[in-house]
Amino acid sequence: MNNKTGKFNELSCFILLYLKFTKVLHSVGYGFYIKYIGCKCTRKAPINKENLNNRKEDFSMNMKKKIVGMLVAGSLMALAVTGCGSKNEDGANAKLSGSIALAGSTSMEKLCEAMSESFMEANPGVTVTVEYTGSGAGLESLAAGSVDIGNSSRALKDEEKANGLEQNVVAIDGIAVITDKDNAVVDVTSDQLAKIYSGEIKNWSELGGADEAIVVIGREAGSGTRDAFEELLDIADKCAYVQELDSTGAVLAKVASTPGAIGYVSLDVVDSTVIGMKIDGIEPTEEQILAGKYVLQRPFVMATKGQISDQSDLVKAWFDYIQSEDGKEVIKKVGLIIPQ
Amino acid sequence: MNKKAFIEKTAKIIFLICAVVAIFAVCAITLYMFIKGAPALAQVGVFDLLFSSEWKPTAQTPAFGIGYIILSSVVGTSVSVLLGVPVGLLTAVFLSEMAGKKIGDVYRSAVELLAAIPSVIYGLIGMMILNPWMYKIEKIIFANDSEHSFTGGANMLSAIIVLVIMILPTVISVSASSLKAVPDSLRSASLALGATKEQTIFKVVIPAAKSGILTGAVLGIGRALGEAMAINMVAGGSVNIPLPFNSVRTLTTQLVSEMGYAQGLHRQVLFTVGLVLYIFIMIVNFALLKARKKGVAE
Repeated sequence: MNNKTGKFNELSCFILLYLKFTKVLHSVGYGFYIKYIGCKCTRKAPINKENLNNRKEDFSMNMKKKIVGMLVAGSLMALAVTGCGSKNEDGANAKLSGSIALAGSTSMEKLCEAMSESFMEANPGVTVTVEYTGSGAGLESLAAGSVDIGNSSRALKDEEKANGLEQNVVAIDGIAVITDKDNAVVDVTSDQLAKIYSGEIKNWSELGGADEAIVVIGREAGSGTRDAFEELLDIADKCAYVQELDSTGAVLAKVASTPGAIGYVSLDVVDSTVIGMKIDGIEPTEEQILAGKYVLQRPFVMATKGQISDQSDLVKAWFDYIQSEDGKEVIKKVGLIIPQ
Repeated sequence: MNKKAFIEKTAKIIFLICAVVAIFAVCAITLYMFIKGAPALAQVGVFDLLFSSEWKPTAQTPAFGIGYIILSSVVGTSVSVLLGVPVGLLTAVFLSEMAGKKIGDVYRSAVELLAAIPSVIYGLIGMMILNPWMYKIEKIIFANDSEHSFTGGANMLSAIIVLVIMILPTVISVSASSLKAVPDSLRSASLALGATKEQTIFKVVIPAAKSGILTGAVLGIGRALGEAMAINMVAGGSVNIPLPFNSVRTLTTQLVSEMGYAQGLHRQVLFTVGLVLYIFIMIVNFALLKARKKGVAE
């Protein structure tokens, strides 16, 4: 195939380079090696004219073998590197080939990894590369034309839509508010939640629970989950966190192990070590999110420049795959909700 | 040019290239840090950036004050060194002056193991054991204080305790070897004059090993200042004034936790944070050089 001949060309290029390199070595003379690297072996026995030549030969053989080994390893590495970057634009009609570039939200990493893995399995000729640069940056690269799809874990802003970006919601992510298992308060209103996070409510007894201080845990500035949470509750930049952790897992672990703690994570990671709190009396479940009743939810958008129908065949195939049964299964598997 | 001279010259060039790699790396990193870190200083303003205490990088009107972050690093490092060096020094004295060969060997290997433990393990233990204890203490101290925001035990004090343990092996091993290097004739002379063993240690041996002990302390400062992982796990990570029971963020953890998602000016400011840390480390290394030179001069 096309790709393979390309690799062979590169290989032959390396072989040529290697030959040239050895020629240079020859011209410099092996004496150099004997002098600097082989100093131990010259000490073993007294040198005389007869065995000096033998030594040189032995040594040059060894060095040659080593050099060949090193060069082969090096060229293989180089091949692997160039192989990754190589694009194959002119794909045949029957089978898709080429690459799709995605960039954007870090929150969508799990989804993108799983989706691209199963997509590439179904279409062996296609390479999907995803960069996790953050929603804003991903949409910027899309607008600049450096990627095919911009991932965003929030709805597109008006100025982004004005840039010609199309919002394709592929999944919905729910944010669950979690608390430790011993907490008696399992239902809060979104107003109370905002007050807890802005530091106005400091003790669970104010919400009818035990006399236990509230330990307010959140994510670091710049995190997509934090952005979504604060925006949805309209408390952007007003939060008084006592702990800012830099991963979902860390929040989950801290909340589970700290009495009176409260935190927020993606809905799908909530497990039995913590309680997923009701908000305004609504359980954080898929049904409630799809019904639009649960407030803490956000769309996962794979934005394109212009309509999907205007995109390349590859990108169209990608979206077709997402909407296929296999694609839906992937979305469910990573704990997200399929939009209707 | 004859063949031998040519070979000599080639060899020299090859060695030179090897030597240049390390120098080049240092220069490149320094240059990179200054190029990347300086623009935000100009953009935000040196005073606003370095001395303001308000850190709201993603707000509508962002504020990039890293005053509390610098202060947390300085306070955390200095307190942990002030606590860690005496403990480390006395351990070193025990190791080199008092312990017999058998106990000494066991101790030494224990200290070496302590030094080899990855910082993430320190962090994990701090998070699972130290933080809950701290929370209990915090609850007792602030029982009637309605203003206090409870941190769940992830606070400055936890960070300091973890740092003290982490710098111990460095301080102990450097001090112990410098104590060992003190010639026995000094000890014998002191003992012969009628001094007790303790007097000999504190009046003769320790002063004689001063520069080595100082080196150990400075290395400890470097380690405490540069530690990121363990601190990130136990210190809570919100930007606060560094009081014992406040959750704090240091220069290192600032970089670790926000670099992943930061964009634009926020990202540039993080590079400035890196630059500040780098300058601190340069100062520490300069002090180290001085301490070693002093040792040579004496």
